Amino acid sequence: MNLKTTVLGQTYQFRDLKEVFAKANEEKSGDQLAGIAAADSRERVAAKQVLADLTLADIRNHPLVPAEEDEVSRVIEAGINEKIYQEVKNWSVAELREYILSHRAGDSELKRISRGLSSEMIAASAKLMSNLDLVTAAAKIRNISHCNIAIGQAGVLAARVQPNHPADNVQGIKAAIYEGLSYGSGDAVIGINPVIDTADSVKDILLMTKEVMNKWDIPTQNCVLAHVTTQMRAIRQGAPADLIFQSLAGSEEGNRAFGIDVALLDEADELIRKEGTATGPNYWYFETGQGSELSAEAHFGVDQLTMESRCYGLARKYKPFIVNTVVGFIGPEYLYDSRQVIRAGLEDHYMGKMHGLPMGCDVCYTNHMKVDQNDMDNLGVLLSAAGVNFVIGVAMADDVMLNYQSTSFHDIAAFREVLGLRPAPAFEKWLEKMGIMENGKLTAIAGDPTIFM
Amino acid sequence: MEQQLDMLVDKVVAELQKKLTEMARQTGHPKEQKHDEAAAHETAGEEQPVVAEEPVRMAQVPHPKWQEGLVELLDSTPARIGVWRTGVRPLTKTMLQLRRDHAAAVDAVYGEVSQPLLDEFSLFTVETQYDNTENYLKRPDMGRILNDEGVRLLQERCQKRPQVQIVVSDGLSASAVDANLRDVLPSLMDSLKSYGLTCGTSFFVKGGRVASMDHIGELLQPEVLVLLIGERPGLVTAHSMSAYMCYRPRKGMVESERTVISNIHRQGTSPIEAGAHIGTILSKMLEQKASGVKLVL
Repeated sequence: MNLKTTVLGQTYQFRDLKEVFAKANEEKSGDQLAGIAAADSRERVAAKQVLADLTLADIRNHPLVPAEEDEVSRVIEAGINEKIYQEVKNWSVAELREYILSHRAGDSELKRISRGLSSEMIAASAKLMSNLDLVTAAAKIRNISHCNIAIGQAGVLAARVQPNHPADNVQGIKAAIYEGLSYGSGDAVIGINPVIDTADSVKDILLMTKEVMNKWDIPTQNCVLAHVTTQMRAIRQGAPADLIFQSLAGSEEGNRAFGIDVALLDEADELIRKEGTATGPNYWYFETGQGSELSAEAHFGVDQLTMESRCYGLARKYKPFIVNTVVGFIGPEYLYDSRQVIRAGLEDHYMGKMHGLPMGCDVCYTNHMKVDQNDMDNLGVLLSAAGVNFVIGVAMADDVMLNYQSTSFHDIAAFREVLGLRPAPAFEKWLEKMGIMENGKLTAIAGDPTIFM
Repeated sequence: MEQQLDMLVDKVVAELQKKLTEMARQTGHPKEQKHDEAAAHETAGEEQPVVAEEPVRMAQVPHPKWQEGLVELLDSTPARIGVWRTGVRPLTKTMLQLRRDHAAAVDAVYGEVSQPLLDEFSLFTVETQYDNTENYLKRPDMGRILNDEGVRLLQERCQKRPQVQIVVSDGLSASAVDANLRDVLPSLMDSLKSYGLTCGTSFFVKGGRVASMDHIGELLQPEVLVLLIGERPGLVTAHSMSAYMCYRPRKGMVESERTVISNIHRQGTSPIEAGAHIGTILSKMLEQKASGVKLVL
């Protein structure tokens, strides 16, 4: 394994694969905080050059996080199809990048090769891609999933309605749901982040959302994004949940900080299959985001992009209905400004898609980042062009419970209109029945939440 | 000082004018309007650091199916609903309101606590190793340690081993300190007095993180410490403050050893109530010799 190269007359000798991986990343404040980032552009390109010539076998044979020490590594290893891996193991990362971007590789070819790749190999390919490479590659992959309805088809952009309320007021949550539906959002999920993490509270919100869905015959799915154990208690008490939710980290230690492990996810998986209310076969909603492993001091000195890719390796075990990276939520110590957030959003979406996941993105920022709503407009358009399965819809992008900004119901309507995208087919039919949409366009009554009263 | 005061008065007047023009242009919900008027009077009457205006919420849907229903929906949530649209984009006023609220939040992060306010409470300033705001945001570890000058100042000017140590810090919102300190601090002092507790030398930490209390704890060795610090600003309010409390703070404390009251602002836990509440919690910490999850409240 050659870890040495020369760039612009200067020779670089890297210590190990971990160092090459970290330094080959585009600039991120999180890698700098971890003390593993490239010192300057020249060192960054040197690392990319070294990485380009490494083979996929080099990556597999030098694990960044040893399987003996980490169950996420074991899940990723166990998921690799050996026959397909044998076909590609002598490819360099450069060859992998070029194959993925070539006209030879369409949707089904990429889905097939994905089964022979580890999360680290997919991360390596992302490190050699420009932003437009990431868009181009991801746009080829359509990962369709089905819970009560199917989303992810070509030409479809779905949206989660995120009707959070600072005190979990059920009427207040309902009001924001009506607003979202009236703009044509809500096909991915009606999903609420609760303030109060108790089974009773989760149950109340699940019951209310189910009631709204039944009353208006809405083809979608409900979810309350409490801790998985709280949702499990609520479901065991008879709460109607179509989806079960959990945040994931890319290491066993990181997941421990989230209060979960693979055994618990397995248990929840069994429960939602037995006692969930949806059609299926996809019942999971996962969220991820670069930086959470470092935040929990559970990153093994590995860069945040690679750790993020490992989240997807874990997620694919459970064949989720939706996965999204909450890309700008964690804060400026991981992604400092709009440049870094936009880059990370495109990386995460690409890596998720390459794992075969129905990938969405919470295009978002907190107020202490050097980002504003214009940057979200940009990333939203880029991801919509890249074929993102869904984005998040919040009233005027302002989440009054989580105190951050995402994309708005207006934004989703605009992404669809500008790029010729449509809601999920079943949901669009319903929008037409309700008179909210006609031939893919919002009608004159769209935007009036009282049509649901 | 006089110059700063003049600037402050100018700001208040400008703010008031802005409000009056805005009110004149509005023909909305009478309740909202009255509320705004009250706020304007309040601002005029007191020479306070200017805090952002309350968002004016009015349903914009021109021909709703049910007008009363729309008011009911708006009353049930602070979310920006019923805002209407032009094509698929928001109306200009709605868009500008969002930008205005974001500006307040950004200013809270990049702003500075008013010096006259700190002088009023005789709080001297020490700094952490944060260096500048960009670095503060990128390197939370540096906001947890005082710089050498800060260490020297504490050793020179602060009473050692006090029963209660009060520390104020800007954290992620300077305007949280501006908006709440004048209420929270006197009520906290009254509360401490009523419990017969004594207080060391209070001071202000610029560029502080929550865990700066550990370093301060090592230096001054108080029985209990309370850190009043600006929270990460949201759009509904950029002026929210938290009080982090700890029994015998020292290096290596974990989060679960701290007790916290968050959401201290006018629309949340009122700063006056919070001050009294903090006093009660500190007295319980002294009684039980514990804080965080071990403290029984």
